[in-house]
Amino acid sequence: MPQTAFARTEILAPKPAPRVEVGVVGWVSKNLFGGWLNTLLTIVSVYLVAAALIAVIPWMIQSSWTAQSLNECRDQIAQMYGEGVNGACWSVIRERYLQLFYGFYPSDGYWRPNLALVLMLVALSPVLFTSVPRKLLWFSAVYPFLAYWLLWGGSIWFPASIIGGLALGYGVLVAAARRFGFLAGFICGALATLIWLFYLGGPVAGAVHQVVPIGIEAVESARFGGFMLSTTIGVTGIACSLPLGILLALGRKSDLLIVKSLCVGFIEFIRGVPLITLLFVASTLLNIFLPPGTNFDLILRVVIMVTLFSAAYIAEVVRGGLAGLPSGQYEAADALGLDYWRSMRLVVLPQALKISIPGIVSTFIGLFKDTTLVSIIGLLDPLGLTNTIRADAAWNGVVWELYAFVAALFFIFCFAMSRYSMYLERKLQTEHR
Amino acid sequence: MSAAPTQTRSFTIGMLLYDTRYRALTIQVVALAGFMLLAAWLVANTVQNLETLGKGVNLTFLGQPASYDINQRLIEYTSRSTHLRAAFVGLLNTLLVAVLGCALATVLGIIIGVLRLSRNWLVARMMTVYIEGFRNVPVLLWIVFLMTILIETLPKPAAFRGDNPEAAMVLGDSVAITNRGVYIPEPLFHRSLGDIDVFGAFYVSIDLLALLAALAAGIAASVAVKRRANRIQAEKGDRPATWHLRTALVVLPPLILLLLLGFHLGRPELKGFNFTGGIHMRNSLIALWLALSLYTAAFIAEIVRAGILAVSKGQSEAAFSLGLRPRRTMSLIILPQALRIIIPPLISQFLNLTKNSSLAIAVGYMDLTGTLGGITLNQTGRELECILLMMLVYLSISLGISAFMNWYNDRVKLKER
Repeated sequence: MPQTAFARTEILAPKPAPRVEVGVVGWVSKNLFGGWLNTLLTIVSVYLVAAALIAVIPWMIQSSWTAQSLNECRDQIAQMYGEGVNGACWSVIRERYLQLFYGFYPSDGYWRPNLALVLMLVALSPVLFTSVPRKLLWFSAVYPFLAYWLLWGGSIWFPASIIGGLALGYGVLVAAARRFGFLAGFICGALATLIWLFYLGGPVAGAVHQVVPIGIEAVESARFGGFMLSTTIGVTGIACSLPLGILLALGRKSDLLIVKSLCVGFIEFIRGVPLITLLFVASTLLNIFLPPGTNFDLILRVVIMVTLFSAAYIAEVVRGGLAGLPSGQYEAADALGLDYWRSMRLVVLPQALKISIPGIVSTFIGLFKDTTLVSIIGLLDPLGLTNTIRADAAWNGVVWELYAFVAALFFIFCFAMSRYSMYLERKLQTEHR
Repeated sequence: MSAAPTQTRSFTIGMLLYDTRYRALTIQVVALAGFMLLAAWLVANTVQNLETLGKGVNLTFLGQPASYDINQRLIEYTSRSTHLRAAFVGLLNTLLVAVLGCALATVLGIIIGVLRLSRNWLVARMMTVYIEGFRNVPVLLWIVFLMTILIETLPKPAAFRGDNPEAAMVLGDSVAITNRGVYIPEPLFHRSLGDIDVFGAFYVSIDLLALLAALAAGIAASVAVKRRANRIQAEKGDRPATWHLRTALVVLPPLILLLLLGFHLGRPELKGFNFTGGIHMRNSLIALWLALSLYTAAFIAEIVRAGILAVSKGQSEAAFSLGLRPRRTMSLIILPQALRIIIPPLISQFLNLTKNSSLAIAVGYMDLTGTLGGITLNQTGRELECILLMMLVYLSISLGISAFMNWYNDRVKLKER
């Protein structure tokens, strides 16, 4: 083998990269000033950011926190920072933040929504995080009734009687299913529950309350408002629309023609009209559709409409998830001999729901944002309350501070939800990419 | 020997529930019966309630004079016009803000979506902040917020007065931006062809129709030129350069027609305390338009970004290795694939924008919800008819758009064989 004289026999020590390509300088020249277009974009955006900050920061800092009215606010700012300075009047937030949170809820009862919120986090924890003990799921099941009682008050026996009715229904279901099979048992259980709820539950609860009066002060819905109202409508809507949406999606995918067309009709109708028209239905038409004399709470009517609305959207998202699942999964479940509900529950839905998580969460975020629409039909959500606060002579003319505060809170809620959905997506990611 | 084969067991009532052959039928019959019962119950309640209230269902109120004014309108309307016409004015206003909003949102969304993928760190971060900021705050808040900005920060028309005014008109003294709205020039014709009277209900300008016809003819001719170029390319392998001819065919006919008609712009002028002449876009329209566009643009940007990222790099590399130039790679390889992913969610965003335009009621823009579902409802007390009609109109718009979307999806979807 001929000797190649020009081949190097030892390895050169690596040299450091050129100074302009590493470190801060390298990063800046690569990411901010690579090419003329890039440089231009950088200059324009630095200008925009600087202009925005110069406009907003002094306004936010040169502010008044202790005034009792808008005029006093302006006086204080003029005194502290000189005449003609345009500063924020954060005093209005300081004075009214409780109202923006709780509306006109009685102030000695603020612990009730607070407790309901804390308990909600406890009830949600076993659903959201798998490391929490499974026993807590029992608490999650009882939580809706507890929250209702905490928020609206009254006798504890009414929500308890509803739990009793559901327990009774379940008992009848188990007993009857053992004798007559599952479907007949289910029908018997449902009938028993309905009879209890409509005819027996109320009187029994009333009678028990006569004997053992346990209750807290009742609060009527008109006093609900602020973020408490948004959260109540949003969370109830979210909790109820998910199961309903899944059922609608299954109905839409089903082979049963009539069930399918009913579901398609419902979904397309709801998705075709703006939410505000459904809220009009809640506020004016629902009383016409229901038996004469029925007059139930506006918040409840709104919750029903919001639930139906978001259920239709959830159904479409879940349908996407069902369609995204390979048909081999359906066939494998059938081949194992699972019946329809078992194959859905054990094989199809866990995978389909996993695919649809981003869509479901963005529907939820949308629903939460849409709760501001209730201000149009006269409920006092945060946006509606800004008008109420301005109606007070002391704060007539305050605009920016209120909007900024409300927007910031909505942003925090919604942004947190979207980040959680990303975390969930990563956690449930079982495929290797 | 009792041989009673179970196969011939006769039909029993239990089989309706437990035999899979009959169960599907049972469930459907039960579902249908339940639905009919529910519907019948609702209708019966409604009839009974309406009787108690003393008002039956009828639509004659639509023919009565509306006796309220609509300040922003596209067609002739006075307070003596009928409720039906008011609803029609409202519908046109809804469509106006929807079309304007979709156009602006698409442009903004594409720019922001592309910039978010920029290698420039600062620009990409800024776009992320924009998208997250607009997506996570309710659109209703943006609408009232922009309305406040317009009213509070823009100059009054009076500020334009005097020898040394505080505010000045922009774009060569043709556009006035005031806190009462924006005044823009209106197109006028020296030798106008007049209007056509359609059923005595409204007027359509013949000038506009002629312009549209000229444009359509130009586009048709341009398409014909393209077909010819395609044919020549297929036969001889050489594509004749056609872009100058095609541009001229599209641009020239409307331009010549405009010259023939004596086109000029009618500028808004300050008379007394306010502007006259030109087209007056009220603050409510501008705030609604901008808020809906900015809000929807954040969603469209994400769609565009996802669409671009979804076309794999191998596609453009394959195109380059086939010898295609960058422009043709973009138009023949990348765009068709990206658009297939982008268009369906884009159209559903347009649909959302159209439905969100019903929030106009919060700033007093008289769209369909403001006229038919707002003042007409309150004046006539016909909530059932008004709301159902309003839902019907929105439903038809939505179903129309989604029918188009389905047609488009079928046309462009991957044909798997």
